[in-house]
Amino acid sequence: MIELRNITKRFGAVLANDRVSIKVEPGTIHAIVGENGAGKSTAMRIAYGFYTADSGEILINGQVREIRTPHDAIAFGIGMVHQHFMLVEPMTVAENIVLGAEPGSAASLDLRKAAEEIRKLSDEFKLSVNPKATIETLSVGQQQRVELLKALYRRAQLLILDEPTAVLTPQEVEEFFAILRGMREQGKTIVIITHKLSEVLAISDNVTVMRDGKVVGDLKTSETNAADLARLMVGREVLLRVEKPAAKPGDAVLALRDLSILGRDGSKRVDSISFEVRAGEIVGIAGVEGNGQTELIETLAGLIPGSYVTGSISFEGCDITQLDARKRKELGIAHVPEDRHRRGLLLDFSLAENTILGVHYRKPAVSADGILLDQKGIQRRTEQVIRDFDVRPPNAALPARALSGGNQQKLIIGREFELPPKLLLVSQPTRGVDIGAIEFIHRKIVALRDEGCAVLLVSAELEEVTALSDRLLVIHNGRVVGEVDPTVASNEEIGLMMTGGSA
Amino acid sequence: MRQIFTLQLLFSTIRLSTPLVLAALGGLYSERSGVINIALEGLLLAGAFTAASVTYYAHSPWVGLGSAIIAGAAVAAIIAVACIRYKADQVVTGTGINILFIGLPAVLSGALFLSSGSTPQIPRENLLPVLSHFLPFMPAWRIFTDVSIISLLALVIVFVTRYVLYRTPFGLRLRAVGENPEAADAAGVAVNRMRYVGVILSGALAGIGGAYLSIGQSSLFTRNMAAGRGFIALAALIFGKWRPVQTMLACLLFGFADALTIQMQGVAKLPSGEDIPVQFIQMIPYVVTIVVLAGFIGQSRAPKALGTPYQKEK
Repeated sequence: MIELRNITKRFGAVLANDRVSIKVEPGTIHAIVGENGAGKSTAMRIAYGFYTADSGEILINGQVREIRTPHDAIAFGIGMVHQHFMLVEPMTVAENIVLGAEPGSAASLDLRKAAEEIRKLSDEFKLSVNPKATIETLSVGQQQRVELLKALYRRAQLLILDEPTAVLTPQEVEEFFAILRGMREQGKTIVIITHKLSEVLAISDNVTVMRDGKVVGDLKTSETNAADLARLMVGREVLLRVEKPAAKPGDAVLALRDLSILGRDGSKRVDSISFEVRAGEIVGIAGVEGNGQTELIETLAGLIPGSYVTGSISFEGCDITQLDARKRKELGIAHVPEDRHRRGLLLDFSLAENTILGVHYRKPAVSADGILLDQKGIQRRTEQVIRDFDVRPPNAALPARALSGGNQQKLIIGREFELPPKLLLVSQPTRGVDIGAIEFIHRKIVALRDEGCAVLLVSAELEEVTALSDRLLVIHNGRVVGEVDPTVASNEEIGLMMTGGSA
Repeated sequence: MRQIFTLQLLFSTIRLSTPLVLAALGGLYSERSGVINIALEGLLLAGAFTAASVTYYAHSPWVGLGSAIIAGAAVAAIIAVACIRYKADQVVTGTGINILFIGLPAVLSGALFLSSGSTPQIPRENLLPVLSHFLPFMPAWRIFTDVSIISLLALVIVFVTRYVLYRTPFGLRLRAVGENPEAADAAGVAVNRMRYVGVILSGALAGIGGAYLSIGQSSLFTRNMAAGRGFIALAALIFGKWRPVQTMLACLLFGFADALTIQMQGVAKLPSGEDIPVQFIQMIPYVVTIVVLAGFIGQSRAPKALGTPYQKEK
């Protein structure tokens, strides 16, 4: 169907694709795996005309073709669903689907005809969605269906999907895979970019592995396994499971009593939650995103004004409900935020400046007189974090923006671990982070636990919370709907609780 | 009170709102495509000066109007090239155009008419006509038929714009590139081409508004005759949430405030029987603008990509 031959692409000094050749057979599901920055997305964006290759050629059905813009790609029957959806939020589903390929004449847009055709496609591919709904009112799963419909509406024969499952719940992933299999049966060809090995094995026929801009493996899925793929991706042996000794929990460090949190619109985001986190244990919170996890963690970190909060939060026996973020930090409550760009870093500031965020007004960031920044102290602290947390490149003067997601995350985790914390609040610790760095971060969190720190972990990755947690709470609609033993409960069981069903 | 709220006030409002509506609709095309158009003031002036000069020589308001449209579009094309192709800062570019058109007409009128800033008087029969010109058989309805043909045109353009924006592929694409150019690009829409069209249309419409100022409402171009209307139009566009009909209503509100000012002077009295100082009356339009902007702008949602050039990675 499509073949990339010796595609090379440079962004400044970075060689993003180095003679990449990928051949996708018609009527198959072809996975492309690799760590962040391995060049998977770049290669596919070239195929879709978003970038132009420096050299190499693209063949479609055996013929060399020039693809300069997405418009060309669409004409050759290629559709792409991007990791960040390409939808115009205030517009309707139908408007988004027809945009750029409108039915009717130039003088009049025939949205009724469009809606009819969309309905036909939704039936055929089991992608139900209301054509008249506005995008911003839809869930991410529904938005993804709109993206698929957009490609199908343009008669795409080849669909390129960039990290399509990143935003879905386990149930949604199952449904989504069923849709993909259905499409394959109808003769469509699918390329799926991912870094989740379990998904590669579950859905694909063939798999191409990329590392550092090169293709390092081309395999039939039936002839490989997760360990082999991980080794190819990272270039060394990788521990896919978290090794951790049994927890030795001590006294309760954090205790919540009937904690409720209101959103800005006045609705209840968290609804009378009570639980404890003890020293030396990791308590995980599993849940579909947007069920109150963000509000809960931000409230505990002191980032949500007390007027939105009722109930009590106590830390080592003292009520801290009314304390602000700085006071809580001084007590030893560290926070690794879910969105490192929004809450975690000042992207244009140096690693050194980012390392002292939160302790910028006291030692070691400030000299004894309390007026001037202590450059030496800052440098020492930064070098220590960079060394202990393997931040690369190890240059304290670089702006945080220059680091990959994984290294940014390691810097934040290092900073928070240096507090040092008695309680760690950690949200999505490995979102957008490579397998190698995931392994590293997981080991650090377990090590912190073993030093006696209490850890409250929120993650949208079910595998992550079940692997790391000693106890697992499931949250739905702002309520804790159950506690399970992560070593016993199955993903299906937990997934069902996450969506409001009972286990 | 009865001396203030007269039919006169209504028609005065329509008259004063007309250039605002045209400029604001122009701004709408540009801003819906994602390009800030702070240069409406300069575009009005460009249109006004061109219309007056060309009409003076050509003796035809239609030729003058056509030239004003072309001049507005040409100046807007400069903005478009700077902001779209060269990704210049949109506010700075627009400000530059505004400053240019405070000075340029003075220079040109000096060269053309040996005057400092204004064009010669144009005879009444060569000005843009009012409706009575087409309806000579309705003398009893003078007050209605004294409305300029351009006011009627502005009204038509409001509804045409609404149709174009929401009922044609062009409008869909225009809105899409202003909201999310990446998405539009991914859907195969030529983002920058849409933006060029949006910006150039804004110049053409503001050009009509300018022509109305010089050869509709008055009979010559005078220095800086737009007097901030371009900025008030911009405020109306924001207050009208970048929607055609609401924007027109916002323009009518500002036009009304202006008309009220004229109507009240020398008429409005303090309870003590003294005249309200004229300075206070003249403050009304500006106070209305500030109150409206400060009070309601928070609820207005701009096109999301407004002000950001579309940078396609290569």
